[in-house]
Amino acid sequence: MRDQYEGVEISAEHLRELARQMILIRRFEEKCAELYSTEKIRGFLHLYIGEEANAVGVMQALLPDDRVVATYREHGHALARGLPATEVMAEMYGKATGSSRGRGGSMHICSADHRFYGGFAIVGGGLPLAVGLGLADRMRGKTHVTCCFFGEGAAAEGEFHEALNLAALWRLPVLFICENNGYAMGTALERSESETDIHRHAESYNISAEIVDGMDVCAVEEAARRAVSKIRAGEGPYFLENKTYRFRAHSMFDAELYRAKEEVEEWKERGPLVQFKPCIIEHSLLAESDFEEIESDVANVVEEAVAFAEAAPWEPVEDLLKDVVTPRENMA
Amino acid sequence: MSETRRITYRDAIREALSEALTKDERVFLMGEDVGRYGGAYACSKGLLEEFGEERIRDTPLSESGFTGAGIGAALAGMRPIIEVMTVNFSLLCLDQIVNNAATLRHMSGGQFSVPVVIRMATGAGRQLAAQHSHSLENWYAHVPGLRVLAPATVVDARGMLWSALECPDPVIIFEHAMLYNEEGDIASEGPWTADIDHAAVRRDGDDATLITYGGSLPKTLAAANSLAEDGISCDVIDLRSLRPLDRERIVASVVKTHRAVIVDEGWKTGSLAGEVSAQITESAFFDLDAPVERVCTAEAPIPYAQHLELAALPSEEKIVAAVRKALRI
Repeated sequence: MRDQYEGVEISAEHLRELARQMILIRRFEEKCAELYSTEKIRGFLHLYIGEEANAVGVMQALLPDDRVVATYREHGHALARGLPATEVMAEMYGKATGSSRGRGGSMHICSADHRFYGGFAIVGGGLPLAVGLGLADRMRGKTHVTCCFFGEGAAAEGEFHEALNLAALWRLPVLFICENNGYAMGTALERSESETDIHRHAESYNISAEIVDGMDVCAVEEAARRAVSKIRAGEGPYFLENKTYRFRAHSMFDAELYRAKEEVEEWKERGPLVQFKPCIIEHSLLAESDFEEIESDVANVVEEAVAFAEAAPWEPVEDLLKDVVTPRENMA
Repeated sequence: MSETRRITYRDAIREALSEALTKDERVFLMGEDVGRYGGAYACSKGLLEEFGEERIRDTPLSESGFTGAGIGAALAGMRPIIEVMTVNFSLLCLDQIVNNAATLRHMSGGQFSVPVVIRMATGAGRQLAAQHSHSLENWYAHVPGLRVLAPATVVDARGMLWSALECPDPVIIFEHAMLYNEEGDIASEGPWTADIDHAAVRRDGDDATLITYGGSLPKTLAAANSLAEDGISCDVIDLRSLRPLDRERIVASVVKTHRAVIVDEGWKTGSLAGEVSAQITESAFFDLDAPVERVCTAEAPIPYAQHLELAALPSEEKIVAAVRKALRI
């Protein structure tokens, strides 16, 4: 960590909030992994552990009316955007009080109230949609920003290139955030891309782009604030390539045959909390006791989320076909 | 209808676009060459001058990109009309339509609406060969979460667009390329809306039911006329909505005539005609006096040479023969 970050408030209160959000995501997901092994959570479960600084840092720069498009690895983004842990956990359980009434599960958490359009589980599929959200805001003269997260694997998809071109061509208010964790499922970046500097694709579409240390939450916040202020000023889209790493397997079915344990251990030493905590304690901004308090608060939030999900009702089977399309009598 | 005027199917679509853009400021048209070029089929000719570049938006050749952008804009409250040049090209945006537009309402537990209208040309008949001539309506009609319309008449072409825009869910409108020059009478005065929930009976008869949609309607009506000269009277049902299908109207007609011939420009295997046939079997099996007949496109990519293209497609003669077979005459 550095001593100064442009536009980032280095106060005890703000740093505490950043720490709280990152720890919440970490403990929430550790609990999810545990619940997966006891079969409370089924389907696919993609953990964000190791990448928390990205969602938390970016969300600091957003306002309530801004829009967020995420991927199937979106628990962290949902929590950092302020979705209640209770509803996110209930969604993992497939319960009716889940954020998508149990229809989406881990990969499709969304909330209209938070303008969180959800996890999109087709790699690259969320990008054109984010362009459209931005187009709608631009056509109506709004200053909202649409923030679109995706992994570096998306850069191999045609939709990535189509979306970047459209956003640049029409100068749309879209913040593209590539969470480059080095692996598209099990395929290393250098084995799938002829251009491994993903931000250079953005530059080729005349989009301002920068590389960000995605393991440093303050660096992410700094870059996101800079990007968002330019977008709001009408300068068109912006692209961040956040270098990060996932500490856990791609999903719960992944034996991790494609990467060395040593590599994982090296990245863990650079973990978002590993570098953050000692640094702010050293600068006397927060004390060890503050972290103990955060851990205790977070443990309560996670426990409450699990209790909520356990007690939540299932959606009645009679509602299976509800909301496939709007009943005609409800038509505008 | 007191006074009418005669216009082409193309004019009907252009008028409908113009009216929608005038009535609702959330409406905009987006697609390849819809602006300066005036539309590949000239449906949007003149609209750029009237409504400007923001609302008549030329796009790059990025079907997935601009269709996805239309879906996103709809999510944010706009009423985009996306023009995809032909259904063949729409395979490049199938991901956005099937994985995003069709799923978002249900997958979000009812939180999101995608009120987008996607128009595309479909069908063969102009010697454009295998990458511009296919009829893939059934691929979309297969997908829950979409509504699929096939205006076969000038009146429906004029009215269905606004009705589709009023629908909060994604609507795909198929315009058969051979219909654009067809002429028809529409009411001089509006409102020009169309029923997008029900099939229409285009001709009354008692001996057989002919069921069709879109570009096959003129051929089917011609066949019915020709059969009438021989004393065979047919009900002609124009499906109009391919999803949902109007099972009730189909079945009511078959119960009356006891014979069904389905005319569908899609390939027979896995066709919409197969679905209609299955619905008849499920709901009117004991009313049938003959097996259901299907007149579909030959199971080959549509060829360029005119005699081969014609041989591949449903025709008046093939429909007449199928009806005679069902009647065993």
